[in-house]
Amino acid sequence: MTSEIILQAIVTGLMMGLIYALIAAGLSLIFGLMEIVNFAHGEHLMLSMFSSFWLWSLFGLDPLFSIPITILLLAFCGVITHYFLIRYILKAKMLIQICATFGLSIFIRSIAQLLWTPDFRNVDKPLLEGRIELGSVFIGQPQLYASLVCLVAFVGLYLFVTKTETGLALQATAQDRHAAEVLGIPSNKMFAIGWAIGLGCVGVAGGMMANYFFIFTDVGINFALFAFVAVALGGFGSIIGCLYAGIIIGLVESLGGLLIDPSFKLLYVFVIYLLVVIYKPQGLFGRY
Amino acid sequence: MKILSVENLSRSFGGIKANDNVSFSVEQGSILGIIGPNGAGKSTLFDLITGYTKAESGKVQFFDKNIFGLSPDKISNLGVGRTFQKLKPFADQTLLENVMIGAFVKEKNVKKARDNALEIINFVDLIEKRHHFAKELSTGQRKRLEMARAMAIEPKLLLMDEVTGGVDQKTIPGLVELIKKMKKTGVTIITIEHNINIIMEISDNVLALDQGKSIAFGPPREIQKNKQVIDSYLGTFDAA
Repeated sequence: MTSEIILQAIVTGLMMGLIYALIAAGLSLIFGLMEIVNFAHGEHLMLSMFSSFWLWSLFGLDPLFSIPITILLLAFCGVITHYFLIRYILKAKMLIQICATFGLSIFIRSIAQLLWTPDFRNVDKPLLEGRIELGSVFIGQPQLYASLVCLVAFVGLYLFVTKTETGLALQATAQDRHAAEVLGIPSNKMFAIGWAIGLGCVGVAGGMMANYFFIFTDVGINFALFAFVAVALGGFGSIIGCLYAGIIIGLVESLGGLLIDPSFKLLYVFVIYLLVVIYKPQGLFGRY
Repeated sequence: MKILSVENLSRSFGGIKANDNVSFSVEQGSILGIIGPNGAGKSTLFDLITGYTKAESGKVQFFDKNIFGLSPDKISNLGVGRTFQKLKPFADQTLLENVMIGAFVKEKNVKKARDNALEIINFVDLIEKRHHFAKELSTGQRKRLEMARAMAIEPKLLLMDEVTGGVDQKTIPGLVELIKKMKKTGVTIITIEHNINIIMEISDNVLALDQGKSIAFGPPREIQKNKQVIDSYLGTFDAA
């Protein structure tokens, strides 16, 4: 095995890792804010990919240009999810909360299968096609741009949460909603904003992945599982932890597949998950 | 002019009446001290006024506005701030960020909110700690942080729950001086205190609670002589 092949695997892992990181950041933001795990995160990712697909299929809008619409649609979906489901279960027992978001995932996937059938679809001839060659490393343009857009979105999210008024209010609500409320911060509004941003992140990732991934109703399942591992590894509620964890997962998946056996890619990632749960359950940067 | 009028405020938890028809009023610019033994309903009274806990009955009037039943954020936005007995700093934020979160209520511009926050941090004598995380501060410093954060919303009325509780003796005089300094800014203060000497020193009026009921209300000197208050609470007061 040559160093070029390993370098290729590292680049591929890094690119996938940035996408995992952004998906996980959305999940982590929602959990950090209200301690509710969104088990429908994968289905929301599926919706974002279908949004890009239908905007291309019906209106000829390339996924690259439909990204803002997809983000807005997913953000709206987040607000709807909060107002029609989540706010009613905020004070409920954890089991009820799990059943609610798990039920939501089944509901969304079932509706998607009913409306769009389980067929595989793809965006034909998107603007981002082909690959570039950097020395001995080949990089697919759709993958490269998807990871770069996800990185930019991640940095934007981090700056928003740490530097803006709403971001600080979100952090305050996440740490102690009652203390935040007596400072005039409406927690319900913050929760809705959190859902909008969380699913907006998924909108970015899904919209970019629509350029090169097959789009089908179960597409989000594996991504959601990886996002859960990333959140656990990075630390529940930690956005910066998601970046490190997403990259680690991307690299482990890619290098494990290359160095050991590609058919056990998922296994390597879940071994990490088990090690985290056993030896560092609070994750790398977690506060839970 | 009355800034706050509370009439017949009641709240029960199970069979226990935490607040039972409590009534009192506060003059603008004054300090009202609230005393009472443990479990008298002092902190619950703060929770009811600030909307943190829903009252079952009664009336709470802030200036001319009935704030009974409003959510805590709406009450806060009207100009009612509070601190907590069990401190609630945003532990993962710096002192400056903690105070900025409060300052954003009145000032949306980040730079101006930062400047306002720094001014308040200077006011509570913690300027050198502004970049420290809240979790790194001592209990006394966290008390000042909560006072600064509450002041940042530019309250007209500030409810402070046991500011001198849980701190060492050397820290107490500084906190008392800070309360007096806050009063001079024009803010009206209601403070819960277990240290009766402090209450007598700083308060314009005192409300005594026992088992959820208001048993006395008036100037400190009158309260000191009230037999019911002495029986239920002031028996331990060394100057009584």
